[in-house]
Amino acid sequence: MLEIKGLCFSADDGAERIDILKNIDLTVEDGTFLVLTGPNGGGKTTLAKAVSGIVQPTGGKIFWNGTDITDMSITDRANLGISYGFQHPPRFTGMKVGDLLSLASGGRKLSRIDCCNYLNKVGLCAADYVDREVDTSLSGGEVKRIEIATILARGSGLMIFDEPEAGIDLWSFAKLTETFRELHNTSKSTIIVISHQERIISLADEIAVVSGGKIAERGPKDELFPKLIGNGIGCEYMRKGN
Amino acid sequence: MDKLDFTLLKEVALMDSIPNGAYNIRKNGGSESRFSTDNVRIESKTDKEGININIKSGTKGETVHIPVIITETDYQETVYNDFFIGDDCDVTIMAGCGIHNCGDGESRHDGVHTFYIGKNSIVRYAERHYGDGDGKGGKIMNPETVVYIGEGSTVQMDTTQIKGIDSTYRKTKIVVAKDGNAVVTEKLLTHGDQIAESDMDLILDGENANGRIISRSVAQNDSKQIFRPCITGRAECFGHVRCDSILMDNAKISSIPAVAAEHTHANLVHEAAIGRIAGDQLIKLMTLGLTEEEAEEKILEGFLGE
Repeated sequence: MLEIKGLCFSADDGAERIDILKNIDLTVEDGTFLVLTGPNGGGKTTLAKAVSGIVQPTGGKIFWNGTDITDMSITDRANLGISYGFQHPPRFTGMKVGDLLSLASGGRKLSRIDCCNYLNKVGLCAADYVDREVDTSLSGGEVKRIEIATILARGSGLMIFDEPEAGIDLWSFAKLTETFRELHNTSKSTIIVISHQERIISLADEIAVVSGGKIAERGPKDELFPKLIGNGIGCEYMRKGN
Repeated sequence: MDKLDFTLLKEVALMDSIPNGAYNIRKNGGSESRFSTDNVRIESKTDKEGININIKSGTKGETVHIPVIITETDYQETVYNDFFIGDDCDVTIMAGCGIHNCGDGESRHDGVHTFYIGKNSIVRYAERHYGDGDGKGGKIMNPETVVYIGEGSTVQMDTTQIKGIDSTYRKTKIVVAKDGNAVVTEKLLTHGDQIAESDMDLILDGENANGRIISRSVAQNDSKQIFRPCITGRAECFGHVRCDSILMDNAKISSIPAVAAEHTHANLVHEAAIGRIAGDQLIKLMTLGLTEEEAEEKILEGFLGE
């Protein structure tokens, strides 16, 4: 179970202090598929990065399966079963896709069949990609899909995906939503996806709207989803966020 | 040969034992061991230090090892090795030099390799440089490689120097004839106060000649690197030079790729980039459970393809 208590994060740009996360409380039960949505700049990515240790919060606590991980390193959190798929993944000149997937899976060299399995799930043909370098020869959408494949290969207890749909073409996106559905149905992992896409939001058990650094609303998908798409709630939060 | 010799041989020529095929092992200026085959004849030069390697036309699937090891301190040599490779060959040549210097004198190997390659042959040439030993004496290598690629022939040349060599000046000249192809991959890691300099001239001399230079380097600590790869197009041809470097600590790198066209249908491109290891690269690998040090190691390992 993931428990976030009174989480705050403030950035200081020299001239003024900007509060990005304002006293966030959020509990995510094991095996839940939670979608974080809300306006740009609302704090979703910062929240995800705080959970994975990339951003150090300025206040509050984070517990994973009862362990206080607030001051733990990124590495230690990763080894406790927390993984984070970047919104803008970095590239690695010289490193092959198969090697990156092997690192993700825990370091042992993955077989081509295993690589193929993970790459197929994100709509990539393994034969074309396993030996390619994760460098600038790949398009943004390809790098993004490989990033998602690393999280699948990692198989963590908590998987966080930051806007997995960004930069991905329509055909691959259909495959991706199917993969998320299958992942949720077949694994016990807790899945948190930051997304604005109806098709991904519709897969969720629960939705949390993050806006202005706060959890503006949280509830079961069946309750919140119609409001988001039908009643202009999104617009309301957009206005608040901006 | 003793254990130390095999340690050096493994580093420079990936040899665990006496190899299959023709070989010549040079140690401290003498020929430690030599073997010729029906197709590959190795013989000493009579006018200067070095060997001639003659490979018959039609030789396919053979590997030639010609490593050099130096285990004496205060020993310097210049060696000339000439390769005469016939038509329709498909061969692999493993060269390289390992220096173990435990003393205070300078150990230096300057190897001059010249290749004369016939028509429609495929030649893979790998050269690795390695140095160790805790003496104060310098470990220095100044290789010079000249390659004449015949019509329709392909040469893949891989040079690697990972640590241990205090100073190196590498000079390479490759001339590619009609329908010929050259792919040169240079990998280098310097550390401490090492200096590495490389001048490379790739001349595309015939119609449909192809040339690629791929340079990957890492400079750590206070080391310095200078690269000057140049592709010249003298006919309708395609050439691409790409240099990528990772700069760390207080190191310095100059990367100066150049292209020169002497024909209106010469298609030549160069790219160069120098950068540090990006923070998000380290963070990404840390989110996969690696420590920062392990992440850095993996990034460098991938970059240098080791």
